[in-house]
Formats: sequence, C-alpha cells, structure tokens
Amino acid sequence: MRNLAILATGLVLLAVIVAKQSMLYNKKNAKISINVSNWGEFMSNGSNSLMNVNYEFEKLTGVHVNYTTVSSNEEAYAKIKGGGVSYDVVILSDYMIARMIAEKRLAKLNYANIPNIVNIMPNLKKLNYDPTGEYSVAYAWGTVGIVYNSKEIKEEVDGFNILWDEKFKNEILMFSNPRDAFAIALRKLNISFNTRRKEDILAAAKELKKQKHLIQAYVMDEIFDKMQTEEALIAPYYSGDVINMMNDNQNLKFVFPKEGTNRFVDAACIPINAKYKEAAELYINFLCEPGVALNNALYGNCSTPNIKAFDLLPENVKNNKVAYPDEQTLKNTQSYQFISTELEEFMDSLWVEIMVADENNNVWVMPVFIFVCAAATISLGVLRSHNKRQRV
Amino acid sequence: MKHGLGSKIYVMAVLLFAHIPMFILITFSFNKSRSRSHWTGFTFTWYNKLLHNSEILQAALNTLVVAVVVSVVATVLGTVSAVGMYFLSKRLQNVMTILTNLPIVNPEIVTGVSLMLMFTFLKFNMGFETLILAHVISNVPYVVFSVLPKLKQMDRHLCDVAMDLGCGWLQVFFKVILPEISPGVLSGFLIVVAFSLDDFVISYFTSGPTSQTLPLAIFAMTRKRVSPEINALSTIIFMIALIIIFAMQYREFQGVKAKQSHARKGQGS
Repeated sequence: MRNLAILATGLVLLAVIVAKQSMLYNKKNAKISINVSNWGEFMSNGSNSLMNVNYEFEKLTGVHVNYTTVSSNEEAYAKIKGGGVSYDVVILSDYMIARMIAEKRLAKLNYANIPNIVNIMPNLKKLNYDPTGEYSVAYAWGTVGIVYNSKEIKEEVDGFNILWDEKFKNEILMFSNPRDAFAIALRKLNISFNTRRKEDILAAAKELKKQKHLIQAYVMDEIFDKMQTEEALIAPYYSGDVINMMNDNQNLKFVFPKEGTNRFVDAACIPINAKYKEAAELYINFLCEPGVALNNALYGNCSTPNIKAFDLLPENVKNNKVAYPDEQTLKNTQSYQFISTELEEFMDSLWVEIMVADENNNVWVMPVFIFVCAAATISLGVLRSHNKRQRV
Repeated sequence: MKHGLGSKIYVMAVLLFAHIPMFILITFSFNKSRSRSHWTGFTFTWYNKLLHNSEILQAALNTLVVAVVVSVVATVLGTVSAVGMYFLSKRLQNVMTILTNLPIVNPEIVTGVSLMLMFTFLKFNMGFETLILAHVISNVPYVVFSVLPKLKQMDRHLCDVAMDLGCGWLQVFFKVILPEISPGVLSGFLIVVAFSLDDFVISYFTSGPTSQTLPLAIFAMTRKRVSPEINALSTIIFMIALIIIFAMQYREFQGVKAKQSHARKGQGS
C-alpha cells in the first residue's frame, strides 16, 4: 500500500511539472507581459488582410500581450472586482468606467507616455463619465438607434414608441442587457437615462413589462440573422453593427429616435492594480496611432475617435451618416453616467424580474419540486432495502 | 430480425435530428457572406482567415494544452483512486462512492463559482494553474467511475496469486491490475479529453488573462457577431474527431475479424 501511495504522489508531481511547463510556454520570450481585456471581435487581429495589432505591438516593443475577450461590461467588471486577476489594460464602456472611477478601481494615466492623445477628437475627451479625462482614452464610439425593415414597415419610424406598437407584436427585438433596455424605456417616458430616482426606474420597469408580450426575443448578436433574414422587423441596436446589417440587406433603415438617444464611448483604461502601468500606457498610446486606430475601426465597424484615422477612412465610410452623424443629431444624444452601485443593482434585479416573470409562475413550484424529488428518492431507497430484507 | 417501415422512419428521423446541425455548420463554413442563414456562394476564405487569426488560434491552442494536461492528470489520479477504493471495506467504499459522485451531480455552475471563490480566497492568480486544477477536480470522478466497473469484473484472487508468487505491490498494479482495467482507463481518458475541450461554465469562472479557451472566446464574440471562422475551425475539429472514431472502429472491426477467423481455425482442427 505504501508503494502505491509513493507511486501516486510521484505521478501527481510529474503531472504538476508538465502543467507548469505548459503554463510557461506563452511567457517564455518576453520579460514583461501585459494582460489586456477587450470585447470579442473588436480589435483587428490579422484576418481580413488587416493589421494584427497585438502582434505589431509585440514586435515593436518586445512586450508580450495576453489578450482576452469578454462579452459584456458586467463580465469584465466581475473579473476585475473578483480579484485573482490583474489586468493592465481594459476596454470598457462609458458607464462602467464611471463606476470604476467612483469605486477607485482605475489608475490615473500619465499622459507623458501617451503623446498620441492629440489624435483623439476633442469632443470625445473629458465626457461626463470621466469629466477630468484623467482615467480613460476613447477607443471607439457609436450611437443607439432603431433599425427597421422598410419593406414591411410603411409607417414613419421616428421614435422609441414604435417598439411598443401592438401592430408589430412578435416582430420586435430588444436588448438583452439591462442598461440599454432601461435607457430606451426611460427615454420613451421622456426621463433622462441617467436618472437617480428610484420611481423613474420603477416606471421604466413597468414599461418594459408592458412591452414584454410584444417582443419576439431579447437578443445580442442573434439580431444580425434575425434582421437580415427578415425574421424580425424592428429593433434598437448599436450604429456600427447596424451598418453591417444594412450591407447585407438593403431594406434595412436606421433612424435616430426623436426622443434623443445614447451615444456610447468605449475607452481604454488601466486598473489600479495593474502590474506594468508604463507598458500599459505604451499600449494605449499604440492604440491611438492613426494606422492602428484605422485598422481597428475597419475591423470592428465602429466609429473611430481618432481624427487622423478618420481622415484615412474610405470616402463612403466617412460620409456614412449612421456611423458619423452630423452635429445636430449628436446634440440630441447623451452618454451614460454612473448612477450609483445601489441603483444599478436595483436595475439589475428589476431586469431579472422582468426576464423570469411569468404571470402563471408560482414561487412555490421550485421548492415543492425539489421536495417531491427528495421524497421520491428516499422512499424508493427505503422500499428497495425493505424488499431486499424480505427476500433474505 | 425484420424492421417495419415505421421504425425505419423513426430511426432516420432521430439520426437526422442529431446530425443535421453539424452539416449546417459545415455548409456555412463555406458560405461567402457572414450570414448564418443565407447561402451566397462557395468560398474557402474563412479557412484562410482562420489561419491568420491569432486570437482564435491562441484560444484553440490554450484549449488543447489544458485538455491534454487535464486528461493525463485526471486519468492518473482517477485510476489510482479507483484502485484504492476497490480495496476498501464495503462501508468505506460506499462513503467514497458518494463523495466521488458529488462533483458529477453538483451543477457545474455551483462547482465553478465555488472554485472561483476558493481560488480568490487562497489568493491564487487566475490562469492556467487554476483552470487546470478546476478541470481536474471536476473530471476525476468520470475516470473513477469508468475504471471501477472494470476492477469489479476482474478476478480479485489474481492479485493474491501474483503476490503469493512474489510480486510487489507495484508489480501487481502494473502487471496484473493495469492490463485488466486498461479499457476503462482509456475510456475515462477520452471522456475527460472531451469534457475538458468543451467545458464552458467552469472555465468561465476559473480562467485568467493567459488562459482564455475556445468556448470562452466564442462566447465573447456574441457582443458583435460570432465569426464564420469559428464554423471553419469547428469543421476542422469535427473532421479530426470523425477520423479518430473511424480509426478506432476500424481497429475494433479488424480485431473482431481476427478473433473470428482464429475461432474458425480452432473449430476446424
């Protein structure tokens, strides 16, 4: 038995060594490696005959980039907050940056290391999510508008009201994340989506509940197929992605809702516990290089905040009113602010309630079901052992 | 045995339902546009783009490394613990069976969250270490339960005989037990490879900046749109799996044929 134990420990040790070796494989050449987090499909990676941004950065600086992708702000936030992971550069949306600043999770940038900041459009600096502009550098921006199928919808679409129209029951798609969904409901009620009043948020939740029976699906990326194949006719979505859809289906049209809408900015920032802050700033500076920003804008199909990159864009992209709306339209937009942790959690819980709510659903179904299962298992066990004893 | 038309149709329907998704995916990996529903023309572009997409390739490599390390470690641990459990008293064996069952019965999400909490509590850095540990923990039971039945089929006295003839414990393990249980070990190993390759829930909570696996990378794409390069990669993976299955079936078939001809010869003499 002792030999067996020795054997087991030996094998475990061997396995640990193998594991350790494999862990080292992507650290071996670089002295420094920085951890970068971004949205999926949001940075040019060498396909589409565009630049491989991370590779070019590594070649230029010798700093290794561990690049990871997330699907939402909330996911990125949970990872940073959860500890156990330290990121050097994270790309987040406006409201999440505001939240991180409020919670003192972001480091102040040293602009001496980011000279390319001059390339960023002045109207995208010091926005209300980062009023002093000390924490973030814009990476991409866009607006939320309504995309609809002009072949099937003859009515004039001008505002969020249409998303509550009974006529289009089961033809409407809606955001599947709380912040965007609440923003639409709040604008419909003509309330600012940065409201700090609980009553307003409750009122918006009521609107969303009212809307639920009209909605075909709450979606993120499924929207592309549903709109292109005309399975759904109308939906709110991000401008850059709508351009993608419009390229594939000529019937699709985009409108800026008259109620005013959200102008979102995704920006790069450095968490307070970053290991290599200088390398991180170097990376952010690299992202502001005109060529790099151009490639990223072309790859992710988002509006670029970089003046020089904008000048380099093909004419038809530059003149695209969906991606780069005129000043008049932009005046009617607002960006998300951080409201408060408490209110955001309140919003999340209301959202979960809306999502799972079913009028006929009873709170007791789950506990009773579990209890019945447990009872059945136990009684079966008792019955079996009883039968066994009788047989003996 | 005669089969009615009804049962034939039924079997066909089930098979189609199970396998059509795969064929749709393969078809659309050759689609010209990014659409997942409109066929616009045949192309190899996505395969070409895949070769240049460092993000996806790195994720695929990470997944593979994790799967290989995890399956080796979990197989060794699982086999050893199965043998250990086999020689326990009946009562202790029952206790161990329950304990081993727990990670299987426990919903993955609970395992994932609790592992994440433990790793942060112990101040581990999330990365390959934590991901591999987490996968090993959740996969060892599958090996145990694929090895244990083989052990129970084995004639227990063989071990005693071997020891009577002067074998040490190690020799007994390698010369008597291991050959008897090797099919169980192999199937356990393959189960772990498969589970580790496609695990999402546990990886989601326990991976770090260096260890994003393919399922995680694909999920992250859902904010924009899952790229058809993923279709291309899935097609390649599917083809490899298909070849492996065919090879294994072929070997088995050869083995059966050899046995049959052997038996026939035996009868003839």
